[in-house]
Amino acid sequence: MDIKKLRHQLNPFAQCTKYHLSLWQCPSFLFPLTGLVTILAMVSTYLIAARYTQPEIVALIVIAVTAVLVIIGYLVIQGFEQLAQANQMKTEFVSIASHQLRTPLTGIKWMVDLIMQQQTKSFTKDQLETLGSIRENNQRMINLVNDLLDLSRLEQGRFIFKPEAIHLDKLLKEILKEYTSLAKASNTKISLELEANIPPVIKDKRGLGLVLHNLIDNAIRYTKEQGRVKIKLSSKGNLVRCEVKDNGVGIPAEDQKKIFQKFFRSQNALKYQTEGTGLGLFIAKSIIKASKGKMEFWSKEGQGSTFWFEIPVK
Amino acid sequence: MKTILFIEDEPTLQKAVGRFLEKEGYNVKTALDGESGLDMVKKIKPNLILLDLILPKKDGFEVLAELKQDPKTANIPVIVLTNLEGSDDVEKALSLGATTYLVKANYNLDEVVQRIKEILK
Repeated sequence: MDIKKLRHQLNPFAQCTKYHLSLWQCPSFLFPLTGLVTILAMVSTYLIAARYTQPEIVALIVIAVTAVLVIIGYLVIQGFEQLAQANQMKTEFVSIASHQLRTPLTGIKWMVDLIMQQQTKSFTKDQLETLGSIRENNQRMINLVNDLLDLSRLEQGRFIFKPEAIHLDKLLKEILKEYTSLAKASNTKISLELEANIPPVIKDKRGLGLVLHNLIDNAIRYTKEQGRVKIKLSSKGNLVRCEVKDNGVGIPAEDQKKIFQKFFRSQNALKYQTEGTGLGLFIAKSIIKASKGKMEFWSKEGQGSTFWFEIPVK
Repeated sequence: MKTILFIEDEPTLQKAVGRFLEKEGYNVKTALDGESGLDMVKKIKPNLILLDLILPKKDGFEVLAELKQDPKTANIPVIVLTNLEGSDDVEKALSLGATTYLVKANYNLDEVVQRIKEILK
């Protein structure tokens, strides 16, 4: 299995076939070719010059070789342009697709809002349940579109990492305000424990905000009634550490090694929350890694989970 | 009764927002593109404008810029209501004078009304 992977990586044509470039547009083929042509030219020049001593012949050979190298160089540039174009189209496609998808998704969302605004007392229990289900599934699609957009930006390096000095304690307090109604609805108690003198970190605010949203969201959603979520912020040396602990459903042992994978959702989670996309933790961990930090967790099924991350101040 | 102008080219969204806001007690006017939006503002002088960014004839950014440059319309609060989410778009809209920037797909209509009420207080 590993030898196959190694061969695939050493194969210079893999990248080109992936993007449907022909051999003559493939830079990884053309560069070695250039080298080969140069070597051959030098050897043949020597052999020919040894026989024919007229300078004109040597000059002609040099001109011919230069012409060939220029042509190859041109093909190389063309190849790179094609690769760049293919990459650009990938980015644009995701951007356009997600924007286009959001329009009808918003349409459904707001039409359901409109129905619910009317006399819901005149609806039967079944009708209300059906409407609720439409809302849930629609929200699931919206969440997926949002996550795919974030994911594509992250992978393209277009997450626009704008470093600024962030006070994590202030950011946490702001974000927690958004969760007061959700916490109340599920009877979850959230506590924030802040160590004194936590230094500001110079990172991307939106990125860290997303990470915190993901962790807090998970903690609240996967905690049953009367749950407790404890958030702790501390620092040691030039690292700032944030812990989000819940006493919720926990992650089953066999799912734990896959929890950060793209689109992975534990069987446990599927029972409690149908709108998740399986991308939240993958995105959160990617952002922390890109901020030169690390993210890990501890979890026991039935007892709860503690997710934490540590990031350097710079 | 306060008047709200909704500049949006998608008919479904126009209908949904229009009916919802009317039930909440607002007088709602709509425009389908940037140019007629600007004309309507000058004609009816709404108390608040909901502005989409992708519009035919004149896009939301141009409309916003013109609204804020004209002293007669500069004081009308504008909520940008769009599905675009690039941080450059957000920055541009806010720097042009938008009061707030909401991504449509992430807000329920009652949440939008909540924002409107906060701004009109």
